[in-house]
Order: sequence, then C-alpha cells, then structure tokens
Amino acid sequence: MTTYADILPKLLETLQPYAKKIGHLKETTDLVSELGLDSLQVMQVLLKIEDQFDISIPLNNLPNIRTVKDLGQEIEMLLKA
Amino acid sequence: MSLFEKFLSIQQAREEILQNGINPFHLTIEKINSPTEGVINGRSTILVGTNNYLGLTFHPDCIQAGQEALAQEGTGTTGSRMANGSFSSHNDLERAIAGFYGMPHAIVFSTGYQANLGVLSALAGPGDTILMDGDSHASIYDGCRLGGAEVLRFKHNDVADLDKKLRRLGERSQRTLIIVEGIYSMLGDRAPLKEIVAIKQQYEATLVVDEAHSLGVLGKRGRGLAEEAEVEEGVDCIVGTFSKSLGSTGGFGVSVHPEFEFIRYTSRPYIFTASPCPSVVASTKVALRLVRETPQLRQQLWENAQKLYDGLEQIGYTLGAEVGPVIAAMIPSKEQALGMWQGLLEQGVYVNLMIPPATPNGESLLRCSVSAAHTPQQLETIIQSFSNVHSSFKEQSGSYQSSKM
Repeated sequence: MTTYADILPKLLETLQPYAKKIGHLKETTDLVSELGLDSLQVMQVLLKIEDQFDISIPLNNLPNIRTVKDLGQEIEMLLKA
Repeated sequence: MSLFEKFLSIQQAREEILQNGINPFHLTIEKINSPTEGVINGRSTILVGTNNYLGLTFHPDCIQAGQEALAQEGTGTTGSRMANGSFSSHNDLERAIAGFYGMPHAIVFSTGYQANLGVLSALAGPGDTILMDGDSHASIYDGCRLGGAEVLRFKHNDVADLDKKLRRLGERSQRTLIIVEGIYSMLGDRAPLKEIVAIKQQYEATLVVDEAHSLGVLGKRGRGLAEEAEVEEGVDCIVGTFSKSLGSTGGFGVSVHPEFEFIRYTSRPYIFTASPCPSVVASTKVALRLVRETPQLRQQLWENAQKLYDGLEQIGYTLGAEVGPVIAAMIPSKEQALGMWQGLLEQGVYVNLMIPPATPNGESLLRCSVSAAHTPQQLETIIQSFSNVHSSFKEQSGSYQSSKM
C-alpha cells in the first residue's frame, strides 16, 4: 500500500519546478499564497499529479487543499479508496 | 477585517483598467437601434459582441408575438410554476422545443444559467459523479456544485483524458454524467462529440450536451452540434438557452428519458424562481419557428462568419478556432488587448474583451460574435477597424505579434 511517506518525495519532485520563486519546498508550503500559482497553473499541476499517481482529484476536495501536506494526504486517501 | 475588504483587490484591478478611460466590463449601450447597431459613448457603434447569431431580436414577428402576449397575459407571472401554476404558454413552449428536437420531454427554465443549474443538479447528486470539460461555462461549474455529486474535470476536448478518468471510476462510470458544450463560448471551438458519444456508450455513462452557442447555428435543422455530428441518439439530454440565436431569454432541457419530467419536482432552480414572463415565452416560440422555417438565416450567418474570419486572418490575427459564429482573435497580452479593444470602440466597433482568469489557457481575446444581420458594409468596417488597431499597435510597440506567431 502506498503511504504518505512514499508519496511525499515524489510530490515534492513534481512541484519543485513551480517553486522557483521560493527555492526550497516544505510540507507546510502553501500552494497558492507561497508558490503564487494561478488557477490555470493549479489545474496544470493537478493534471500532472493525477497522471503520476493514476488518480482523479475531485474539485469538491480542492478547497481543503492548501499545503503540500494536504495534497499528499489527499493523494494517499484517493489511492486507498 | 470587514466583509467588504475582500473587494479591495477588485477595486484596484478596476482602477487600473479605468486609467484607460473606459471600463470594458461595465459598458452601457445608450441606445439599441438594431440587432447589430447601438449607441455607445454617444457614437453609433457596430455590435459584434452580442451572441445575437441570427439577429432575431428585432424580427417583426417576434416583436408582435411579444406585444400581443404582453397585452393578453400581462407583464409577468409573479410566481413559480410549481407553487403558482403554469400558463398555457409555458406548456406550449415546452411542446415546441420538444418538437424542435424530436425528443418527448422538455422543461423550460427562466434563464439559460438556471437550465444548467436545474438539470445538472437534479441529475447528479451525492454518490454520483460528474465529468466536466475543463473549459466549461460557469453555469456548468455551478450546476455541478449545486447537486452535491463528486465533480471531476477532464482536459478540454481531450477524449483520451476523458477515457482515462472514466476507466479510473470503474463501476461508478455507470452513475456518471458527462457534460460538454456544442460550441465553447470563448474560442468558438467545438466538442469532438462523435468520439465522446462512443466513449460514453462504452462506459454506460450519461451524456448531457449544452448547445447554448450551437442552437440555431449548427446542424441541418439548427438543432446544434449533436445534429451536425449525427449523434443525437447517443445524447441523453440537451440543455440550451433562448438568449442567443433565439434573441429572447430563458433556458431549456430536453431528453428522451421519461424520468426527465421528474426534474420539475426536485430541481431548485426550477421550483424556487418566477416562471418566464409571457412576452418572452411568446417571442421565443416565434423565434423557434423562424429557426425551423428560415434556413437562409443560418446560411447568411455562415457566409458572414467566413467573411470576417478570412478578413481577420489576412490581417495577421491568430484566431482561436475554425470558422464559426464565435471568432476570437488571440492577443499577446492583457494590456494590448485592452488597448486594441478601446481602439476598436473608438472606431465604432464593439467586440467582447476577454482576459484571464475568464479565458482558457490564460489567453487575452478580442471575441467577435457574428450575426446573420451584419451587412456586408458593416463587416467591411469591422475588418478595416481590426486592421487599423493591428497596424497602430505594431507601430507603437514595434513588436506586436499574434500570440501564436
């Protein structure tokens, strides 16, 4: 079973290109306010992550995803479902 | 922090735009003279941003029907159909739109926005899934949210991505509603409907097509993209609006499924709003007859669309999609788009300015909606004005390029 600990390094790698402004990404990094992603970039990065983990992230869950950790936990939950 | 402070960023953005003198998102048409001409800032202006595709807003038959209904049935219905009763004219319009589509069931809503809210929220609820195209109209986003279904988005017009997402759903695909649009309003591109219908059938999902911009425009009888692509039998439900080709206001849903009728009892946007007013219903019914009986209107629209498309392409604009009633010139930056939009208005041509985040892929667009009622002379003036602003921006910046060049 894929756990959060397995997901996090892969997720950080995928998100790194979007973190040029702040340099180092952490679990607590806020995807919107710190990375400065606009709605289009959010959609692009989510599509990338969906394909990477072969999941579909419901739009309904997006308001609860603010940080890298939130996103990782969402992926973990979807992989379990 | 008060509730009102959240508007500060909007205020700042508006002030930035107002530095140019005109607010493109709060424009007033001081006088409307015809489907294609009005007065803006005291100047006679050709309207190329109205979605009035067949130019029916001033058709004498539509006006007469509206006036008669106004005199006979009054100014409004003052209530909802469920609580206060339907007028015979509501039922007549439902029969007319059902007949037009050759489908047995039709429900009329007070606006096109509410048609999407009403149909989508009623069809897919908690425990169900909706798969929507990523470039869908706001009414689709809101309708999906209202019903409480799980909402997934697939890449715009990407059949492989849709397939992938249906596969991931497993057996849940049978309780999945796919929603796409006939013509997408921003760029004017169309859904690959034949392929989408095939996938929908493979996964036994339900397909709804929003023909808001394609009703009266595509298909031999003007029914829309499903008719043109010859896949009407594979579509479970069509939603649309009366406020574009039909020149009035209101929306509808039609379906082959008998259960569709029960939406009336579950759809909040149908139940808890005033029903369409009689004059609007009467004008719409006549407009629908005109779409059926006057294919020349559609032909004229396509001739005009081709002319404008060719003209803009020759100037050097990159256009958003194939030839169609929506022609979007893609402009490299928001600032240039705003300047060019204003330049067009100063020459007496009104188009829609579309900037991110309302646009796909962060594009800035000068969006034209062509009408069958545009005259050859008006089309020439529009093309000339586009040419003028193109040259003037090229001179000013020395680096003007269309975004895909």
